[in-house]
Formats: sequence, C-alpha cells, structure tokens
Amino acid sequence: MKKILFGLLLVSGLLASQLGMAAADLEINTPAISALQNSMQNRHGQLASFYTSGAIGLTKDGLIAVKDASAVPLKDRQSLNALVAAENADRNKLYKEIAAANAHPEWEAEIRSTFAQRWVQKAQSGWYYQDASGWVKR
Amino acid sequence: MEKLINFKSSLLGAALLGTMVILPACVTINIYFPAAAAEKAADKIIDDVWQLKDGQPNGSEPTVNTKEPTAPAK
Repeated sequence: MKKILFGLLLVSGLLASQLGMAAADLEINTPAISALQNSMQNRHGQLASFYTSGAIGLTKDGLIAVKDASAVPLKDRQSLNALVAAENADRNKLYKEIAAANAHPEWEAEIRSTFAQRWVQKAQSGWYYQDASGWVKR
Repeated sequence: MEKLINFKSSLLGAALLGTMVILPACVTINIYFPAAAAEKAADKIIDDVWQLKDGQPNGSEPTVNTKEPTAPAK
C-alpha cells in the first residue's frame, strides 16, 4: 500500500515538473520590445523588395547584410546602406532586450542564433541567406 | 523484521532517487536556455515584423467591402 502511494507521489511529482517546463514562456511583451517590433515592421516595407532582388540577405548571426549592391541603382545604394544599418541596430537591440526582459542577459547569444535560424526558416523563397559556405538562395 | 527494514531502505532509496531526478529537472528551467520557448518567441516576433499571419493584409490598407451587401427585403 505504501509502495503504491509512493509511486503515485513520484509520478505526480514528475508530471508537475514537466508542466513547469512546458509553461516556461519567454517574456516578449515589454514596451522596449514592442517598440523595436514596430520599428522593424515599418522598415520591412522598404526592405522587402531588396530581399527579393537579392540586394540584401539574412546573415548567420541574425542580422542582414548587403549581398549584391549592383542589384540597386547607384543613387539608391547610400539609402540602402542606411536601411541595413538601422535594421541591424534594431535587431541587436531586440536580442539584448529579450535576454534582459527574461533576467538572463547571458542568453543574448542563444537568442540571436535562435532568431538567425527562424528568420531563414520563415524567409520567402528566392531570398538569400548565409550559411557556413556563403550565400544560399532559399 | 528484516523484511521491514529492507522495505524501508528500498523506500528511502527510491525517494532519494526521485529527488535526484526531479530536483535537477526543475533547476534546469532556470539555468539552461529554454530553446523551445525561445523559438516560439522568435516565431511570434518574426510573424509580426514580416506580417506573415493569415488574415492580415500586407501594409496598412483599409479593409473595404468586407460585408456582403444586404439583399433588399421582398
């Protein structure tokens, strides 16, 4: 009888610890993160055509980079560089903010690499991304 | 009597083992990086930034003609 009771206790303990893990979500609803999201969403309207033309691509460190400047008229290259720099500044801040919002600043690098994979996974076909060997078309 | 002691010690052993298994599992949540949760968070943010969720029109154009014109009553 005691044994059965103990077994039940053990099973419920294991279940509870499983539930605890499943419920662990990352905090992303902070004003700082929402502001970065908005800023990036607005900028994406300008960036979308550059992804399609192959002028820019997704890097393996969760940022974007100019891949083929010749896909852009000379007069527009300066503004493209500025867009890329602004986007990367937002992305760097985003990874840092998520780590900070979850009270684990040391998670920044892992959050960045998680994002790097997910950006690529969700990219439209025809967009470019970087892997170990260089630029790859999705 | 000996049987009782054996049972007791095995119970103690099982309890010890259980604690050794469950406790680190709980601590894991707090120390190690929650990869699945991070992926979920990333997906949520990327869907928002790239407007990937269905039912959301690209850009901020207003939705028009969402209602069917009502037929005049006979």
